[in-house]
Amino acid sequence: MTLTRAFLAIIRRDLVLAFRRRAEMINPLLFFILVITLFPLGIGAQPNLLQAIAPGVIWVAALLAAMLSLDGMFRSDFDDGSLEQMLLSPHPASLLVLAKVIAHWLVTGLPLLLVAPLLAVFLGLPSHALGVLLLTLLLGTPVLSLIGAIGVALTVGLRRGGMILSLLVLPLYVPVLIFAGNAVQMAASGLPVDAQISILTSMLLLALVLAPWPTAAALKMSIH
Amino acid sequence: MTIKPVTLTGERLSCIRDDRVLFKELNFTLPEGQVLLLEGKNGSGKTSLLRILCGFREADAGRVLWCGEEIDDSRYYADMAYVGHLDGIKKELTVLENLNVSLALGRPGRYSIFDALEKVHLAGYDDVPAQSLSAGQKRRLSLARLLITHNQLWILDEPFTSLDKAGIALIESLMREHCAAGGMIVLTSHHDIDLHDALVQRIYLS
Repeated sequence: MTLTRAFLAIIRRDLVLAFRRRAEMINPLLFFILVITLFPLGIGAQPNLLQAIAPGVIWVAALLAAMLSLDGMFRSDFDDGSLEQMLLSPHPASLLVLAKVIAHWLVTGLPLLLVAPLLAVFLGLPSHALGVLLLTLLLGTPVLSLIGAIGVALTVGLRRGGMILSLLVLPLYVPVLIFAGNAVQMAASGLPVDAQISILTSMLLLALVLAPWPTAAALKMSIH
Repeated sequence: MTIKPVTLTGERLSCIRDDRVLFKELNFTLPEGQVLLLEGKNGSGKTSLLRILCGFREADAGRVLWCGEEIDDSRYYADMAYVGHLDGIKKELTVLENLNVSLALGRPGRYSIFDALEKVHLAGYDDVPAQSLSAGQKRRLSLARLLITHNQLWILDEPFTSLDKAGIALIESLMREHCAAGGMIVLTSHHDIDLHDALVQRIYLS
């Protein structure tokens, strides 16, 4: 299938690019780690307080790290004309965009998942909540990338779109933050979290299906 | 089923930018095997017209037809290729990786990647990162993209920029070959192109 080949070629290209620019790509991850490690230092020796705020801190840091990484999603493609070439391809632009978002998540979202357990232990999150924390990150961070893609696509044509991007995207991130943070908190107190997980799953499925279209349309507008 | 002749048609195209009319009521029909050369001063709307033909911009009036159908409803995007001001080359990727991505995005064309590199005199550069190519070599690399994917219509925005004399002659010979095989080309250029006059339609934008 040529569409599958194009889809995989885009993912592969973006992963190779990320690997060759790894200094840039590691930024959001470092940010995530730094923010979380600064909290215990700032708050001092209050393990109960730390434990209580751990889910919120981890999720807020993940959300800000995702925001930080967004601008790179289409910027270089926009600047060097690869985006034009991608949109001129006979394949549906929304699927090619989805490939880019997936590659972006693999590079910026997945590493957060890998270091989160360590940081959670560091903040004293009970170990029985670790599984739920990982699950919420697994379901939630792709949503952040997918929603963020729409915002970046709208602002990539603006020279200084950073501020507008934050204003545009942050409110849309709030539901993810609420349900994910709440799920981890509940899990820490040993309560069931099925409802929150179901809602996060539905958010992910909706975003997967619905976000690529407006992203592709916004990119077409941006390259005007 | 009747086979419609392959044509690119502009019907009463207008483009207005910041209250300035760049062109209006522009009509043309480009049949197979011909070249449409857009001429005019800087800022006369040549690039705008090309971007309208690519579908990046909507014309303020009029429409663009491919084989008699609106470009969005036809197989236009499977038949065309565009090389613009921006070369669409990822500088961190090697020449070969760049072309592989272009190939995956389109359909395989007349030449294999290695034949195409030979054609544009970049043979042996396949493992070189694109950022260490010179400006002229980058331009030839982006033109190599035209050869490896299947396309009938080439839309070229100043294809001769940063090419030396040999490079220009090379691209002209590729253009002649493309037209001889029934291809069509729309281009802007400040250079005079060395193509048979019978093949070339000129539009002067002022």
